[in-house]
Parts: sequence; C-alpha cells; structure tokens
Amino acid sequence: MSILDSKIPEGPLAEKWNKHKSNIKVVSPANKRKLEVIVVGTGLGGASAAASLAELGYKVKAFCYQDSPRRAHSIAAQGGINAAKNYQNDNDSVFRLFYDTIKGGDYRAREANVYRLAEVSPNIIDQCVAQGVPFGREYGGLLDNRSFGGVLVSRTFYARGQTGQQLLLGAYQALNRQISKGNVEMYSRHEMLDVVKIDGKARGIIARDLVSGEIKRFGAHAVVVATGGYGNVFFLSTNAMGSNGSAAWQCYKKGAMMSNPCFVQIHPTCIPVHGDQQSKLTLMSESLRNDGRVWVPKKNEDAEKLRKGEIGPNDIPEDDRDFYLERRYPSYGNLVPRDVASRAAKERCDAGFGVNAEGKAVYLDFKYAIERLGKDVIKARYGNLFQMYEKITDVDPYKEPMMIYPAIHYSMGGTWVDYNLMTTVPGLYSIGEANFSDHGANRLGASALMQGLADGYFVLPYTIGDYLADEILTPKADTNALEFEEAEKAVTGRIEKLFNIKGSKPVDYFHKKLGHVMWDYVGMSRNAEGLKKAIEMIKEIREEFWKDVKIPGELNNLNPELEKAGRVADFLDIGELMAHDALDRNESCGGHFREESVTEDGEAKRDDEQFTYVSCWEFNGEGKEPVLHKEDLVFENVKLTQRSYK
Amino acid sequence: MADKILKKLNIKVWRQNNAQDKGRFETYTIENISTGSSFLEMLDILNNNLIEEGKDPIAFDHDCREGICGTCSLFINGRAHGPDTEVTTCQLHMRKFKDGETITIEPWRAAAFPVIKDLVVDRTAFEKILQAGGYISVNTGGVPDANAIPISHEDAEESMDAASCIGCGACVAACKNSSAMLFVSAKVAHLAKLPQGKVEAKSRARKMVAKMDELGFGGCTNTGACEVECPKSISITNIARLNREYLTARFSE
Ligand SMILES: Cc1cc2nc3c(=O)[nH]c(=O)nc-3n(C[C@H](O)[C@H](O)[C@H](O)COP(=O)(O)OP(=O)(O)OC[C@H]3O[C@@H](n4cnc5c(N)ncnc54)[C@H](O)[C@@H]3O)c2cc1C
Ligand code: SF4
Ligand code: FES
Repeated sequence: MSILDSKIPEGPLAEKWNKHKSNIKVVSPANKRKLEVIVVGTGLGGASAAASLAELGYKVKAFCYQDSPRRAHSIAAQGGINAAKNYQNDNDSVFRLFYDTIKGGDYRAREANVYRLAEVSPNIIDQCVAQGVPFGREYGGLLDNRSFGGVLVSRTFYARGQTGQQLLLGAYQALNRQISKGNVEMYSRHEMLDVVKIDGKARGIIARDLVSGEIKRFGAHAVVVATGGYGNVFFLSTNAMGSNGSAAWQCYKKGAMMSNPCFVQIHPTCIPVHGDQQSKLTLMSESLRNDGRVWVPKKNEDAEKLRKGEIGPNDIPEDDRDFYLERRYPSYGNLVPRDVASRAAKERCDAGFGVNAEGKAVYLDFKYAIERLGKDVIKARYGNLFQMYEKITDVDPYKEPMMIYPAIHYSMGGTWVDYNLMTTVPGLYSIGEANFSDHGANRLGASALMQGLADGYFVLPYTIGDYLADEILTPKADTNALEFEEAEKAVTGRIEKLFNIKGSKPVDYFHKKLGHVMWDYVGMSRNAEGLKKAIEMIKEIREEFWKDVKIPGELNNLNPELEKAGRVADFLDIGELMAHDALDRNESCGGHFREESVTEDGEAKRDDEQFTYVSCWEFNGEGKEPVLHKEDLVFENVKLTQRSYK
Repeated sequence: MADKILKKLNIKVWRQNNAQDKGRFETYTIENISTGSSFLEMLDILNNNLIEEGKDPIAFDHDCREGICGTCSLFINGRAHGPDTEVTTCQLHMRKFKDGETITIEPWRAAAFPVIKDLVVDRTAFEKILQAGGYISVNTGGVPDANAIPISHEDAEESMDAASCIGCGACVAACKNSSAMLFVSAKVAHLAKLPQGKVEAKSRARKMVAKMDELGFGGCTNTGACEVECPKSISITNIARLNREYLTARFSE
C-alpha cells in the first residue's frame, strides 16, 4: 500500500463519524487557551473554522488578502446550500444526499467523508438560522427549498440569489464576535507566502502585509489552509480576481500532496466572452435551467447570419430551433448535470452552430416559461439575475433569449487530506474548496457551501483536537527559529527575483497566454497529444515569464502587480501539474473528459478497472517531474454504475 | 448589443502614493475601448499601458467583479459607483460614456476612510462598527432546529432587504457629512427583524452607534444622498428604525 493513510474509521458507514468522535482525543479548556491556531482564509470554510475554534478557547490568528473577511469569494455564491433536512417530506435522507453526491461525483470521492458531510448538513441550517441568516421562507413561516440539477428531491436552502453572501455574513458575524472578545486576531490585507515547518510539523506561516510590503512571521501549533480554489489558472473564470492557488501550492512544495488537480468544474451557464478586453466571467445561476430552454439554430446558415448580426434569435421560426439537450437527454432535458450540459454546448458550437460573433454561445430562452407562467412569476424567481444580465450585456432577457457559454467555475481537486482533514504534513489542515475531499470528479450544485461550513463548524473543531491534544506541552512557536528565518529569506528572495526581472511585459500577458493553453488543451475536452503539448507550452511560458515579466511600483508599498505576479508564477506550476494529472487519467469521469475514453454514442466512459483511485502528487524538487501516489477508493455501500441522463 | 468602440477617452484620476502623500490629479488618454467592456476592464487596459510605458499603474480595489463583494469603490464623475443606478463600480459598463469624454475618478472621501494608495481606501472603521455588536451572540452547536421558530415571509424578506448591504461605503462617500447611518441601520434592521436577533436589538444599536460616533463618521441630517447612491437600494427607512431602537435603548438604560 501507499504511504497515504486516510484514517477512515472502521465500522458501518452510518456509525463511522460518531465512533470516531468518541475515539479521538479532546483538549481541556485550560490547555486550549495555550494552543494557537492559524487559519488562512475567511471564506465559508475559514471564517466558520476560525470562529468555532475561538469559541472553544483556542487562540486564533486569521488571514485574508481582501480588506475585510466579509469579501472572501464565498460571498459570490448565488443558488443555495444543500442539507438533508427532509422538510419537504419527499423522502430525502442522509443516505440519499450521500448517494447523490457520490454518484454526481462519478464515484471518485471517499464514501466515509461524503457520508459525514451529509450527516452534519442539517446542523448547518440550524446554525445559520440561529445566527440570523434570512433564508427564503414559505407563507406559513417555515423554510422554503429549491431543486438543483442532478437530483430528484428538493433540499436546497437559499437566500434569494445571494445565498453565499448571507451564509458568509453569518460566519463573519460569528468571527467578528470572537475578534471583539480578543480570541481572534484578524489580519486583513495579508497574503500567506509560505508555511513554516519545524521538526516536520506545521508551526507557522510567512505573510506579506499588502499595504506596507513588510514580510512577517506568525507562529502557531497548527495551520489551517482555507484559501479556496485554483480556477483562475484559466485566466477567465467565474472566480474572484484574487482567487488563487498559491497557498495550497506552497503547502505542496512543503510536502502536502495535491490530489486530482485535473478535476475542475465547467459551469454551463455563464455569460459568454466578448472580444479580447474581458477580465472575468459572470455566472448565471443553475436555477435558471429550471425554466429556461437551451437551443441553437438547426440550420448552419441561420447560425452564420446570427453571428454576423444580420438576424436576431426571435427571427428564427420554432421548427428551425434545435433544443439539443431535450433532444439528446429526453429524461433530464435542460436539467442534466453541469458537465453534460457544458460538453453538449461545446459540441454544438464546434459543429458551427454558435450564435454570437465569436461563435461561442448558445441560447437560454425564457419565452416559453413566460408564455406558460407569466412575466411576473419569472421576475419574482430570477429578477436579480435578469437585471445583472442586462447590465452586462445591454440585452433584455425578458424579450430576447440569454446567450450563455460554459466557463471554469470550481476546483474539485486540491490538497490531499485524511478523514481528520489533515494533509500529509502533520499539523497542517486544509478545508473548503482548497481540499480535494468530497466532490470526486464533479460537484453537485449547492454542495460547496455545505462542505465549507461542514468542515469549519462541525468537523475540524473536533478533529483538530486529536492532534493538538499531543501538542499541549509544545511551547509557543519561536518565530526567531532558524526555520522561520530560512522561510522568510526564501520568500524575500523570490519576491526580489520577480521584481528585479524588469522585463517588458505585464503579468496579465502571461496569465492570458497560460489561460489560452489551459482552455484549449486542459479544458472541457482533453487528449494525450494535446496534454503533452500543453506541458511543453506551459514550460515555454514559464521560461519567458521568469525572463521578461515587468513589475512596476515599489516592494514596500501596496503593489497589486507584485501580488498578481506571485500568483501567476504559481498558476504556471499548477497548470502543468493539472496537465500531468489529466494525462495520467486516461478515462472520462465527471468534469474530466478524455477523448480516448468515450462510449459508442460519444458519451463519457469511466474506467473503474484502472482508475478507481485518488491521484496524489508529491513534489519532487523544482524543475523535476512530480511523483504519483494512489489512494485506492473502496466502495462498500454503493454500486458503481455508468451515469446516464438519457 | 452591438458594441461600439470609444476611440479616445481622457481619464483624470487621483494619484497618491501613500497615506502621507498629498496627492494630485493626473490625466491619461486611452484609445479603442469597447462599449461592452466594464469600467474596471478599461482601467486594466490603462494600467497595462502605463506599465509598458514604465509608469506606476493606478491602484484600485476590486475582487468579485460582479457586484457582491463590496470591494470596488470608485467615485466617478462626482458620483459614488458612477453614472448608473443600482450598480457597483465593477458592474458599470463603458456604454454609459461618450467618445472623447473626460472621466474623473476619485477615491471615497471621508475622514474615517483614509487613502492607502491612489483610489484604495482603508475601511477598517466599518469592521470596528460591526465588531462592536453587529452579530447574534450564539456559539457553534447546541442551537434549536431551524424550523423551531416560524418567521413570517414578510419579516424574512424585509430582513433580507437590509441584509443585502455589501459594506462598500458608497453611502459614506455620497454623504456630505460622511455619515455611516445607512450602513449601520442596515445591519441593525437585518438582525432586529428576526426573532433570533431581537433579543439583543437594543444593546446592539447602542453599541454600534457609539462606535460609529467614536470613529469620526458625521451625523445624519436626512439628505437621502446615501440611498440614491447605494448599489443595493438599502432604504433610508432603516435609519428611522435604527433611531427608534437607539432612542428606546437610551431611555431604558
Ligand atoms: C459565481 C459563483 C457562484 C457559486 N454558487 C454556489 C452555490 O450556489 N452553491 C454552492 O454550494 N457553491 C457555489 N459556488 C462555489 C462556492 O462559492 C465556493 O466553492 C466556496 O464558497 C469556497 O469557499 P472557501 O471557504 O473554500 O474559499 P473562498 O470563499 O474562496 O475563500 C478563500 C479565502 O482565502 C483567502 N486567501 C486566499 N489566498 C490567500 C493567501 N495566499 N493568503 C491569505 N489569504 C488568502 C481569501 O482572502 C479568502 O478569505 C459558487 C462559486 C462561484 C464562483
Ligand atoms: S448601505 Fe449601501 S452604500 Fe452603504 S455600505 Fe451598504 S451597500 Fe454600500
Ligand atoms: S468588485 Fe466586488 S462588488 Fe465590485
């Protein structure tokens, strides 16, 4: 077996978590006060963890790169959060949520972790309501639910189209309460640039004060990384501009393995790219597919006229419209899972039926729903999304169909963690989108928020005790220790190296170039030849970057270009690892589609014989090929089947 | 729809190297901007031009670029978040501007929001107000079932209206007194509308207002400028509600 011990407890699935909780160690209140924990990131994962750990009595230091913890990328989540409450009496259960998540992830996640996630999900909703999250309610005063893609029950709780915002504000308020009590020291506008290990254990971080430019040392007994996903490796994505993979990458270089990096989610309903001045992509919530019908013209010549702007969508007669999702997947229709919907849109556009000037857009049409339900109903359901769409595109979606196209949205892959959420470095934890643990090869809608809060409120506060109980005699980390000094020196050295290149091209130039390679060869559809090519191309971009990037401004001042440069340097490395991972996994599963592995009718084909494992990549030194380890996935409670949405 | 090209724009922008620097306006020209581009994309392009010319790019705050994180904060042509309604700076598009126009960009100006660099200001004062009491005092775990206390649809919706505040600070920037009343009232109303938050409503209002006063925000004289510029349409009726909570809190002491 491999060097990886996932620490999955023995016993029946439904009893694992309870049994584990009663077996792990607990730290006494007096000792908690002596133990320090660093939490990097204040999204749903980080804010909930920092607040909960502080409530328990640990001394917490929290970090975020924005000017306030409230601005973490989680704030942008729209649609909702899942929980197995069964309030609708539609036969939902912990097991059903577990099963849907495992199946939706195309059988590439750990059973035990996913079951625990489903098990704690109801507590999340209770907690959020107690904090003052104003979830949508029915007229009788009880909580309302929505349905999301890929499932048959109604278990999604929501706060209009701003669920992430409201959940994050709840966690942020809990965090503020602990800050005011002096239990959390909050460091906003601070970016973690390295993790520091002493005697093999994580004992602190090096961070840059983004306002003064000062490089600072912070010590602790454990470090929790909750820094979100790496989707911005593609340059254009729905992630916030500052979202990055750097903290996770620093952990990787210090010995924390990276798992399934090629598993990224492409969301089918985003506003398409326009021209070449665009900086980021905007998501239109999945909930729109409940009432919108997706189509392109049947005739090539119509598509051509649309692209030239000679006709509009409303000029195309009913019979000449190809509702390709309804055609190909009659039972799920417009509500097929995200990966399936995305590939189908690409297939039509590649075949020449795209409808915008770039040929990379399909229609999402509300005409039929408006005819059926009336404009008022549609407005009540999606008013804020329609307003957002109109502000961006200047098109009124009540009158003309929306144009949409797939875009990078979420990273299922991430830092490898065991059942306790600890990485392969003792004392270093990873939670939220930053870890790999719960979504396999494809995440279901409304499950990321659930996972972030499950990790932060209900899992980590228990499991971290098991490690910290053995650290009560360990003195406070000495930030004057040699290990801190060396880490700081390395960080400063890298910043100065970047700054002194003084080349000719801005950071964005390289980021865009990387993004094109990633999208073309490591994007929605991948093959061995393309992936090998991508690896070579990324190497070339990296070489050019380290020779020719130009960073203006000063080192000891606010310098957004310097921040970007560090992140893009890491994206170049992450992108290459993603290509390696995608090359290794010669099967199609979830968001990962290998052209070599398809069924006769062109659908994704999984290969359980060979690939029922989590890939775990180990850093092997700068410029060297990474080493692949495998954690075999064992399914004792579900039967592996090919997903079918026909 | 059909995007046009703005051939030339003059960008008159506030430059200030750090908190100590006095600061001044500088004007740059920029060419060939698509009307379909966002305002911040225009600034990205300008910045990349400046970098290539060997100049220091303009620092401005932004992150989500979809109107929800509250980071972006530009005062454009005399208006917080610029010449469009119900949008943040990042949602503003270039189709709102004319070819050849001079666009003036300033940071939020308020004593409580000192400039860090160029257009970036320090909004820590907002954090401190919320830390003073903008929460419900519950710990993780041990809470009742989410459906234990029914909340009327109307109360939940009104609470949600107030909870939509993104903490951007446009209300302070738009107010001639630099008052933070709209921001404070939004948090007070969000929590006071819910049974869970009612318990501490009075002490919360008192503590937050006291902190706001202490941090150098001005008083509210009901000019209503905040409501006009608020990208999330937070209503000034929340201020009236806050005044009521606050006054009864004072009397009951
Ligand atoms: C547009 C959009 C809509 C979505 N809608 C939904 C939805 O409806 N339902 C759902 O379940 N999921 C949704 N998701 C996914 C979900 O929002 C995210 O996966 C989740 O919020 C991630 O939370 P997190 O706590 O892991 O990280 P984040 O919220 O990304 O937080 C990362 C934190 O780390 C900090 N950070 C990062 N790097 C550093 C560093 N080097 N140093 C210091 N701090 C750092 C940041 O400041 C931030 O505080 C959506 C995502 C997007 C993009
Ligand atoms: S009240 Fe409006 S303007 Fe003021 S901070 Fe909140 S969202 Fe911004
Ligand atoms: S950048 Fe987030 S609201 Fe503008």
